[in-house]
Amino acid sequence: MNSFPDLLRVEGLCKSFTSNGTTKKVLTDVSFRLGYYDSIAVVGPSGCGKSTLLLIAAGLLRPSAGYVRFEKDICREPNNKVAVVLQEYGLFPWKTVQENIILGARMQHIRIGDDVLRDVKHELGIEGLDYLYPHQLSGGQRQRVALARALLLQPKLLMLDEPFAALDNITRERLQNHLLTLFTHHRFSFLLITHNIEEAVFLGRHILIMDPQSAGIKTIIENQNAGAEAFRESPQYFDQVKRVRRSLQAKS
Amino acid sequence: MKKVTTAMTYVLTFLVVIAAWQIASLIIGEMILPGPLPTLSRLLQVIGHAAFWEHMRASVWRIIAGLALAFITAVPLGLMLGSSPRLDRMFTPLIYLSYPVPKIVFLPVVLLLFGLGDTSKIILITLIIFFQLIITTRDSARQVSTAMIYSFRSLGGNRWHFFRHIIWPVSLPGIFTSLRIGIGIAVAVLFFVESIGTRRGMGFYIIDAWGRADYPDMFVGIIALSFIGIILYEVFDMLEKRVCRWNQN
Ligand SMILES: Nc1ncnc2c1ncn2[C@@H]1O[C@H](COP(=O)(O)OP(=O)(O)O)[C@@H](O)[C@H]1O
Ligand SMILES: [Mg+2]
Repeated sequence: MNSFPDLLRVEGLCKSFTSNGTTKKVLTDVSFRLGYYDSIAVVGPSGCGKSTLLLIAAGLLRPSAGYVRFEKDICREPNNKVAVVLQEYGLFPWKTVQENIILGARMQHIRIGDDVLRDVKHELGIEGLDYLYPHQLSGGQRQRVALARALLLQPKLLMLDEPFAALDNITRERLQNHLLTLFTHHRFSFLLITHNIEEAVFLGRHILIMDPQSAGIKTIIENQNAGAEAFRESPQYFDQVKRVRRSLQAKS
Repeated sequence: MKKVTTAMTYVLTFLVVIAAWQIASLIIGEMILPGPLPTLSRLLQVIGHAAFWEHMRASVWRIIAGLALAFITAVPLGLMLGSSPRLDRMFTPLIYLSYPVPKIVFLPVVLLLFGLGDTSKIILITLIIFFQLIITTRDSARQVSTAMIYSFRSLGGNRWHFFRHIIWPVSLPGIFTSLRIGIGIAVAVLFFVESIGTRRGMGFYIIDAWGRADYPDMFVGIIALSFIGIILYEVFDMLEKRVCRWNQN
């Protein structure tokens, strides 16, 4: 993929769930790599195992077979250089915005200067929300708070599970741009899960397309132009959207 | 604005109760059910006496000690059971077997073991509140969803953090509900345990007045005991609103 050593390496991942005596294969032989300062988008229809893949990659769930390596280490537990923004319930309803943001850093004994905190809040436009509870925020604000919390952990890798799915189009595009700005400022890699084709093309330098039939990877589309705001307006962007859509619809 | 409405509701309710009381007293007869006027004038008279406050003090101490003891024993255990399926499986049969047993029937045993003093009275209140508190605490702690556990673990917390930041706050509303319901039961048990083997407490006061056929005095005792319940209820309500600010709709 590139000459850098891998930041994340997923190798031969399989996962089955057994419930009520029936076993269901959710992932079969999923392998991919992600470099430093790189991004990957995982696309597929809902129920195809995207969230399961993220949970395993984050060390939150054990695979049935295969392994995940983060830098040099095999991950079996969450790594403190990996931050995760989950699909829902990312924020704790009983904690204020401020408490939610600093919780991870606090538990990991990461010292955060007031200036850093102020900068991150400013960057994400969530100043003045400190004493509110999550239920008092809009969907967009909630996702910004979740992003701020993840950023404060100074991750090398950020994993996001359909972070903008519940938002309206305008807010979603704004937050996608935001993520790109953060990506260039903070120099992390990210793995983004989405069922939105445009989002995958705009944000992922590699686009991993999942196949619901085989529960594996259908194909990986290279998309090196992603990562600039202007890309959204370019003809290449629309071509890539078409390619990804065709690939998703193709019979395997 | 909200405070005023609450106060107004109390005043209105109070007036309705007084009216109903007066009517009931007229129907049943002043002998058995003295009307609100003689009772309240007796109350005003009695609250000037140190003896009355001595009875109040004894009752309030027993009920608060009983609730506190139940809280510090049942809550940690309930949280542990609720967060560990393994422990839960081990202890659930024991709890389910003992929960429906009316603990009040152990009064003689408790009296034999702990004597006639305050200890046995407090322990009986504790015993009865303990079981319902441990079950509600466990059930509340179980509400923690898998998604929440993932989110928490991804932030790098340990087991202690999990109790402190997740299990405890999730369970608090349920614990408060259980405590508020517990007050009614605790007051009833208090009345029962104070009606035997003691000469102190509002329970004794009521039984004693009854024995003397001094009905206004008996109703003074009933009002005082109810008042203890109401105050405690309101205190827990206020505490919950403070501690669980996030839970207000
Ligand atoms: N803990 C679990 N137990 C049983 N089945 C599960 C579990 N988690 C996910 N699944 C199943 O695995 C499949 C993939 O789920 P998921 O990874 O959430 O898909 P996606 O995120 O792509 O929508 C679904 O059919 C889901 O029902
Ligand atoms: Mg999902």
